[in-house]
Amino acid sequence: MTIDLTQFHEAFFEESFEALDSMEAALLKLDIGAPDKELINTIFRVAHSIKGGSATFGFSDIASFTHSLETMLDELRSGAMQVTLAMSDLLLKSVDVMRAMLRAVQAKQPLDAQRISDLQFDLELMIAQKAPVPAAPVSAPPVAVAQAVAAPQPAPSTATVAQEPGRRWQISFRPYRELFARGNDPLRMMRELAELGDLVVNVDAAALPPLSQLEPSECHLAWTLELTGEIGEEAIRQVFEWAEGDCELMIAEVPAVAATAASTPAVIDDNVAADAILSAPAPATAPAATKSDTPKADAKGEGQVASIGDSSSIRVSVEKIDELMNTVGELVITQAMLSQLGTQIEGTTAEKLRSGLAQLERNMRELQESVMRVRMLPISFVFSRFPRMVRDLAQRLGKQIELKLTGEQTELDKTVLEKIGDPLVHLVRNSIDHGIESPEVRAGAGKPAFGTVHLDACHRGGNIAVEVNDDGAGLDKDRILAKARSRGLVGPNDQLTDEQIHELIFLPGFSTAEKTTDVSGRGVGMDVVRRNVKELGGKIELRTERGKGSRFVITLPLTLAIVDGQSVAVGSETYIVPLISIVESMQLKTSNVSRLSGRGEVFSFRGDYLPIIRLHELYGVEPRTRDLSEGLVVVAEGEGRRVGLFVDDLLGQQQVVIKSLEANYGHVEGVSGATILGDGSVALILDVPGIIRAASLRAVA
Amino acid sequence: MSTNGSGKPETAAGAGSHQVLTFVLGNETYGVDILRVQEIRGWSAVTKIPHAPAHVLGVLNLRGSIVPIVDLRMRFALERAEYTAITVIIVVSVNSAAGRRDFGVVVDGVSDVVDVNFAEVKPAPDLGSRSATDFIRGLVPVSDRMVVLLDIDRLISGEMTASGNLDEADVVPVAASAA
Repeated sequence: MTIDLTQFHEAFFEESFEALDSMEAALLKLDIGAPDKELINTIFRVAHSIKGGSATFGFSDIASFTHSLETMLDELRSGAMQVTLAMSDLLLKSVDVMRAMLRAVQAKQPLDAQRISDLQFDLELMIAQKAPVPAAPVSAPPVAVAQAVAAPQPAPSTATVAQEPGRRWQISFRPYRELFARGNDPLRMMRELAELGDLVVNVDAAALPPLSQLEPSECHLAWTLELTGEIGEEAIRQVFEWAEGDCELMIAEVPAVAATAASTPAVIDDNVAADAILSAPAPATAPAATKSDTPKADAKGEGQVASIGDSSSIRVSVEKIDELMNTVGELVITQAMLSQLGTQIEGTTAEKLRSGLAQLERNMRELQESVMRVRMLPISFVFSRFPRMVRDLAQRLGKQIELKLTGEQTELDKTVLEKIGDPLVHLVRNSIDHGIESPEVRAGAGKPAFGTVHLDACHRGGNIAVEVNDDGAGLDKDRILAKARSRGLVGPNDQLTDEQIHELIFLPGFSTAEKTTDVSGRGVGMDVVRRNVKELGGKIELRTERGKGSRFVITLPLTLAIVDGQSVAVGSETYIVPLISIVESMQLKTSNVSRLSGRGEVFSFRGDYLPIIRLHELYGVEPRTRDLSEGLVVVAEGEGRRVGLFVDDLLGQQQVVIKSLEANYGHVEGVSGATILGDGSVALILDVPGIIRAASLRAVA
Repeated sequence: MSTNGSGKPETAAGAGSHQVLTFVLGNETYGVDILRVQEIRGWSAVTKIPHAPAHVLGVLNLRGSIVPIVDLRMRFALERAEYTAITVIIVVSVNSAAGRRDFGVVVDGVSDVVDVNFAEVKPAPDLGSRSATDFIRGLVPVSDRMVVLLDIDRLISGEMTASGNLDEADVVPVAASAA
């Protein structure tokens, strides 16, 4: 039977990228000198699973590279090597290279062989230099190094190891039932072990069911093995490599004294071992005592059990969730219809019907909320890329920066999440490049040498607020103003408020950086940031104090699938105005309105004159009233300007699910989408910035 | 089912037999490939779309997606009819450059599902106006009537954008002369 492995490629890539992210995160948390063993295990597991996967799928370049990496990590794990700054740099570079390799393979593009082999050489060089085997030459070619590593080498941390007549290993191998199904053969493993040294095999057949219930394709046996010889742990682990995840495996070295006290079963050759497996005597030959002899499971074993346990999430395509949302939306409409009907029914059973309908309504609401939550992901998915970025940037710019992340668990919609990443990267880059000063300057200003960049996320009402805070130099108002004047953006004698000055940095092509670096300062930036945020229906605010730092606050809707809207009536039609763009709604007095010749109507609002846009004219519907004092005016804001939208009436506020008009129709000027109302009819959602743009074009024309 | 752009009846012919849903507009009978029909539903009020061509009446909610509704009488420049309880919307799917799209057409009534042998499909008469016959795949006699087979991909392509409007004056009532 041949299986087309390519069908698993996508899953492998996706998982690998995720695993690399977690490896990167673990690397960044790793303390130089006193590394957390669990972190090293995490890192090791990533390398290991990528190696295994890529070997399975025939990506031999990746497998070979990860093998070198794994070797080094194994040294770290055993304590034979210490984590140094150079090493964590090297490991981070390896993450990059692995990512690049995976991407290249995914896109079926050639690998950057030079970069890979350079790094692989560095890795092997580092292993060779640290390996306490004097024979290994410093510039050993890869093969020699690999051998040197595989060769026995007593770990300095385990001083009690008996050197003669070899090390004694106790291996507890308890496969899960599906071991065979994954193509593992215990007999072959034991043969391999027997080749390494003297092997004593004890089988534990306690879990073996009676013959009548025996499922021959499942593994019911467990083994306790004792292996004596000049063998390194790595060599043993390699034997069990493919069974990892399908078994509980504990490998421990038995101190010489304890070893003599251990039970002394007969030494068997592999034929006997085979018999033992095949005939599987019913009574347990491996006494419990042998098992309890086994010293505490090493950290790796524990880590593996934990990693098996916490895989409690599944991967679902977004389309499936959208489908689910659509169906739930339909249910809500049907339910609303039933409730409506329920109120019209009379009789003895009507009361029961109504209470049932009320229950249905509650359940519906919960269902709808749960479905919405499915699309939500914690913002840590975005935040997690920053530790690495900040570290690299700080190093390159010679600054000392501490990154603080808070509110990482704040959840928001996946689509928003995907789009917020780039603006945030930009802001953080800016903070590091322009904001935080060099350590000398900071010391001179009486600030701690370590600058702080703080990323925070929290829910505020129906929105999410993401803050980028730094304690750097803050914005230099005078310089911004001078620059704006020199570019003719501001008249030489215009006096600007702080807000207006801050507004300047969001203009396209505006940069006050003295020199352009490859990090920032090319003037492409804040305008793009603001545009991206606006596209998401959010806004960005800036607070800054000279010498104290600056603080950008991005406010975004939690989801792009839902908008808080105000329903307005124009004639027989209902439109939804997004609440975020509404400033105020008011009834106009005729005295407030004036006509400007050729420029339409304006009304006075808080000292300003705002143009009036009649929605019935814009959308070509017959209104109930054309008298401005009879209808209502919704003051809406967009593109930095305010207008009054004239409508017949306000209907109510509600959350509406945004549907695309473009899927089946096309883009409509002044409309950002549509939604389905409670009665099943369709209402259009106003694109306020678009309307304002169009209106100002008309005014100019 | 290939619409390779020529619109000539030869491409439609020779593909064997197909089931076609026929419907009535005034005195004429039209047909669309049954496989393109998503749903047949009664008339319900639509939401108007601003700046849309006149024959695009508006949009409807079809199980959670927003579907534009086209009045075929207006599209074919026939006399406008009142929408009544028996007015029918046929929801069809078309293949356009942007992928699959659904839209509804308002017709007077649905008649039947008939088997059409493509060998019997006759080319639409050339009436001198290119755009008028563009969306007609051909004419086929069913029982004692002439059914106008529509090429809905062509009927709708370019149509669904707010500006993509046919010059209405150009559309001569082909169907009337065919019946």
